[in-house]
Amino acid sequence: MCSLALGPADCTQMKINQMENKTMEGLQIVVCGTLVPDPLQTLEPVTTPTVPGLKNETMLPSVLDPWAAHSLYEAANLAKKVPGSKVYLVSLGPKAKLQQLMMTVAQKVPFELVAIDGSASGFTDAMEVAKTLAAAIEAIPGLDKARLLVFGGCASASRDAGVTMQLIGEQLGITDQFVGVDEIRMSDDGSFSVLERIEGGQYLASTCAGAPAVLAWATGSLPEPPNNPQVGMANMRFVIPALQKARPVAVGVGSINFEKSEVPAQKRATRIVKDVSADVIAAEIVEWIKG
Amino acid sequence: MADILLVLHTGCDGSLSKGALESIATTVDLSAKLGGSFAVGVIGAGAGAAADTIAGCGAEKFYVVEDEAVATPRYSSDAKAATALIQKAGAQIVLASGSSRLTRCMPGAAYRTGAQIDTHIVALAVEAGVLKAQRWYYRQRILTTLSRAARPWVLLVEGGIQPAWQGAAGVAEKESVAVEFTAVEQRTVIKGVESPAADAQTIRPDAALLFVAGAGWTKKQADGEYHISDASTLIQGFLNKAGASLGSSKSLVDLQSDGQATLSFMSHMNQVGQTGTTPRHAKGLSTCCHGEEPHAVGWRFINERRAINMDANCGWAQGKADVVYIANAFEVIAKVNELLG
Repeated sequence: MCSLALGPADCTQMKINQMENKTMEGLQIVVCGTLVPDPLQTLEPVTTPTVPGLKNETMLPSVLDPWAAHSLYEAANLAKKVPGSKVYLVSLGPKAKLQQLMMTVAQKVPFELVAIDGSASGFTDAMEVAKTLAAAIEAIPGLDKARLLVFGGCASASRDAGVTMQLIGEQLGITDQFVGVDEIRMSDDGSFSVLERIEGGQYLASTCAGAPAVLAWATGSLPEPPNNPQVGMANMRFVIPALQKARPVAVGVGSINFEKSEVPAQKRATRIVKDVSADVIAAEIVEWIKG
Repeated sequence: MADILLVLHTGCDGSLSKGALESIATTVDLSAKLGGSFAVGVIGAGAGAAADTIAGCGAEKFYVVEDEAVATPRYSSDAKAATALIQKAGAQIVLASGSSRLTRCMPGAAYRTGAQIDTHIVALAVEAGVLKAQRWYYRQRILTTLSRAARPWVLLVEGGIQPAWQGAAGVAEKESVAVEFTAVEQRTVIKGVESPAADAQTIRPDAALLFVAGAGWTKKQADGEYHISDASTLIQGFLNKAGASLGSSKSLVDLQSDGQATLSFMSHMNQVGQTGTTPRHAKGLSTCCHGEEPHAVGWRFINERRAINMDANCGWAQGKADVVYIANAFEVIAKVNELLG
């Protein structure tokens, strides 16, 4: 028989038992998301004395990580539906690049920025990143875990590990976690239902008694909101001070020893077929499919 | 005490998936390279019976958690069960497949056991006694080989990097690991799996062919009109006749999010590429897509690539596809469907 020590869930049971109807006071939705290189940029790895990096990394145009962006839009949409809710964006990245990023992101939806000045490299260790983000969330003034939903992407377009959100949840003592989320539906009593992506284009449907919970989003279902200068002006009242007081942190690669990083040469000898009838092409394709 | 622990889970029918069998093959291979032993831990309903089906895999011991609480995939109970298995086995290397269930819970188990974790592993090698793992960063754009001195080390391996293990069933030497699940850990209740209707299921991971549709299907055609209904009929006809899985470019599914008329059976679930999935299929046929880098990364694990496109200067023609047909996809797919019967 295996006897286990009490986990974080047991330790937070008292608090969770007190959370009934907390949703009526509004949710605190904390979105974790940072910048990644614009997907249209060509990336080339370079080796620094300690860790791999990207060539001209500081010069590369950045965007908000796509999955994190989806979670931000979903957070804003949820906050609109639950009166009294507030959205925070906790972002770890070089301060100057975060400032650039906010020029566009801040015009999308209302949020309060919590900026952390550190590396946004994909090569950093998820454990270190999660520890830093969890500490930043814990430090949000007035944080009430009984009303807390932690949002983020199910993976990033940089590290693409798909573990950071779970690690943040563990450090916050949150054991109701959902990964690959495309939908959340809140009920009046604070409970909610979730659809998570699983294999084969299917969804795992769950219900949860209520906050706190971690939701690592896939794409959700909302389009990118258009830029709204009024939202941008309102957000910037918080963005600038948040950037000014961004705490510098050293986030590294942990115990990872990078042996090699490369962009494999995968140039194919493409055969162009043109000025040929649809019949001929179709026959060739069918032969290929069946071959 | 085994050197490696392989964590598996049963499916809703109590069996082990193809991905699980592939991870067994990976474990057998790695164990031989390290010259050590391995144990297997199975989570889920029917875990004991599932262990019997792989009794001949060479594991020195099987541990099972088959409490009702792990009958369905849920983070809190799965993470606790996996933690118990890791603690029980005491192995320094923990392998698991990259299934949605294990991807969800293994980070939590790693945290609770003080382990390091790396995911999406596409190759494992041992050089001079050092375990080295290969994985992609920046969404299949930079391939990296890494190692870690710290232990335990949890590694989630991708599907398709090894053939599925095949071997004899029998009576496995198994030990049931008891785990106490609290009420708090069961606040999340699994209601079930939502699947598209059988005739609407377009994502088929085991299909030999991936068919990717781009936004060109929804654009005005040569007659100046939209033919979205025709496109739907042609694509669905092709999928059914060829038994193909359906992928989409980002631009096509974004049209739907923006409320524009598009293919009704298409969703973000189908999206491949930089911000979508990177499926593994033997062959891929791209239609009406631009093969720019963000899209092409979704094809990283497609062996044979062909494309139908109207633009000979498209990115697909720049060394990313094997064959690019410069033609009208409406006409070609209609003919293909005729030939496929």
